[in-house]
Amino acid sequence: MRQIWAFIAGGLFGTGLLVSGMTDTRRVIGWLDIFGSWDPTLAFVMGGAVTIMFFAWRVAAQRGNPALGGAFPSAPQPRLGRNLVIGSTLFGMGWGLAGLCPGPALASVTWGGTGGIVFLVAMGLGMFAAPPIKSRLEQQPAM
Amino acid sequence: MPIEWIYGLVGGLIIGVAAAVYLLVNGRIMGASGIIGGLVDGSAKDSWSERAAFIAGLVFVPGVIALTYGNANTYVSDNYVVVALAGLLVGVGTRLANGCTSGHGVCGISRFSLRGIVATVFYIGAGGISVIIGRHLLGIT
Repeated sequence: MRQIWAFIAGGLFGTGLLVSGMTDTRRVIGWLDIFGSWDPTLAFVMGGAVTIMFFAWRVAAQRGNPALGGAFPSAPQPRLGRNLVIGSTLFGMGWGLAGLCPGPALASVTWGGTGGIVFLVAMGLGMFAAPPIKSRLEQQPAM
Repeated sequence: MPIEWIYGLVGGLIIGVAAAVYLLVNGRIMGASGIIGGLVDGSAKDSWSERAAFIAGLVFVPGVIALTYGNANTYVSDNYVVVALAGLLVGVGTRLANGCTSGHGVCGISRFSLRGIVATVFYIGAGGISVIIGRHLLGIT
């Protein structure tokens, strides 16, 4: 049952990414390109998704438990460590270079050609390499 | 209003429904980098099949839609060195930060998470700088 609903959620996510144009790297780079022909589409995508999730979090707070049992994810500690800042900066640099982030990279892999596959393989390697870097950064004294 | 903005809004609403289903039914945060990353580094021991099913839906459903309508294109750069570097940065960065555009962006901002908001400011800022350097100064993207 969990797998069926996960498949449905993944399928909806991919459909939304395709419909919104976020699997088109020109649109994403257009959003980041404030000195070029700036493309505000991404703001509409984020606005739509965040609005639905704003209500979903409220429903979650009222219901107390997910439909399939277990518990809702607890809010993370509001701690802004090195990993969050350095990681988001590195992610943004890669995002701006290729115009792809993890969701659209997977959603578009069936039609994204060699470039899409090169990106995914490199992303997987980066994810595999990250945990030791993360624990090393955590051991450094606080900022 | 340009038609792309309307498609953007409609697609965004669908993404929101996807994240809401994953939260309210499965009880999980719909963060693409976390779902994939847990499989890649082996940290997802008892939830691997749920993650794999999510990824299967994410790849298969838009793939079928794109095949049916036949006009999808990602326009990924054919400079594979730049694309590979970008992939590495996205992979390492999202796992260090514990989230990407879906986890920190969609799921974090909507619950007013300070971490999600700060992460989003940094990745959009870095993305903007990256486009200035890559496109306007070096001309490689």
